[in-house]
Amino acid sequence: MSEIPAILRVFGYLSLLTVGGGMAAFPEMKTLTVETHKWLSFDQLVHLYSVGQLAPGPNMMLIVPIGDWAGGWLGAVAALVAFFGPTAILTYVVGRWWQKLEDWPWRRSIQRGLAPVSIGLLLAGCFSMAKGAIFGLETAAIAAGVLLILLQAKVNPALLVLSAAVIGVLTFGGSS
Amino acid sequence: MSNDVAKPVRSVSAATVFREFLTIGATSFGGAVPYLRQSLVVRRGWLEETEFVELLSISQSLPGLNATNMAILVGQRLAGRLGAALAIIGMCLPGALIMLLVGIVYRAHGDHAITTAALKGVSAAAVGLILATVVQLGKKSLVEYADYAFVAVTVLMVNTFHQSVLTTLVAVGLFSILWHRPGKTSKAE
Repeated sequence: MSEIPAILRVFGYLSLLTVGGGMAAFPEMKTLTVETHKWLSFDQLVHLYSVGQLAPGPNMMLIVPIGDWAGGWLGAVAALVAFFGPTAILTYVVGRWWQKLEDWPWRRSIQRGLAPVSIGLLLAGCFSMAKGAIFGLETAAIAAGVLLILLQAKVNPALLVLSAAVIGVLTFGGSS
Repeated sequence: MSNDVAKPVRSVSAATVFREFLTIGATSFGGAVPYLRQSLVVRRGWLEETEFVELLSISQSLPGLNATNMAILVGQRLAGRLGAALAIIGMCLPGALIMLLVGIVYRAHGDHAITTAALKGVSAAAVGLILATVVQLGKKSLVEYADYAFVAVTVLMVNTFHQSVLTTLVAVGLFSILWHRPGKTSKAE
């Protein structure tokens, strides 16, 4: 129960780092949830994030099971509120104001300036996750396959993730 | 520019907004944006295509996920404060419940041989998915060599020098915004 304040703090902080996408917060999420608070293992974090890509809605719902494991159902609710609350309020307040600033020259500078940083943060999150997801030729081939297919064709990403689950069972099912 | 001209007030009840976003939240497999467009622009006609693109670009430049930022902005526009609150709740509720169950099942059965094997495939695919997003965003918004340099410095700071995401965001972000300051001749667009 005493984990609730920590859950609120951690996910509230992570919320503000999700610039460009949820993955931007991943390296910090690993540090805080795995190393600092030990709510789950790195493998579990990678697995929950990945399975989360199969669920509908926002793709960072892994925060719900993390909150649940750390602090029960109340922890799950706390994680949700902390992770979506601050950015929701920020967007509510700033979004309206931002639209009115269409002619303010710095608005364009901020958008142009933040774009490469948010792409870099996504990539950093991706590399951080790859350490727990890519080992050996088979997993590298699956990742490369998904990347190439998505860049070439309009396929629903969830279908690719699902296919990768089947490939995983066929490839690794016998040995482990 | 006047505030009211660009935003025709449409009266949609907050309950209708909630139902629509609950539907999107429950069906948007593989990423919310295409489903949002299909629902809000095509099916309901609540937004013009250009408004949708404008709101999406605001969603992308603010912290927060596209799916939830869009829920806030669209809910706000259609039905005010209550609309925004109900839109984000509708958007999040189905996925949150599904992942709560997934977490419970995973904790009980996550170490079975067949689950482990499937999860290896799923995790590798998720890496490919993020890389595809990075490439797609990069094609759109990395214009000059400096942009690529900012990407590289960001990655190095987080992955190699283990700086916090916040430090990196503030440091590289400020530098990059100043680089793209108004008046500077840029090759962009």
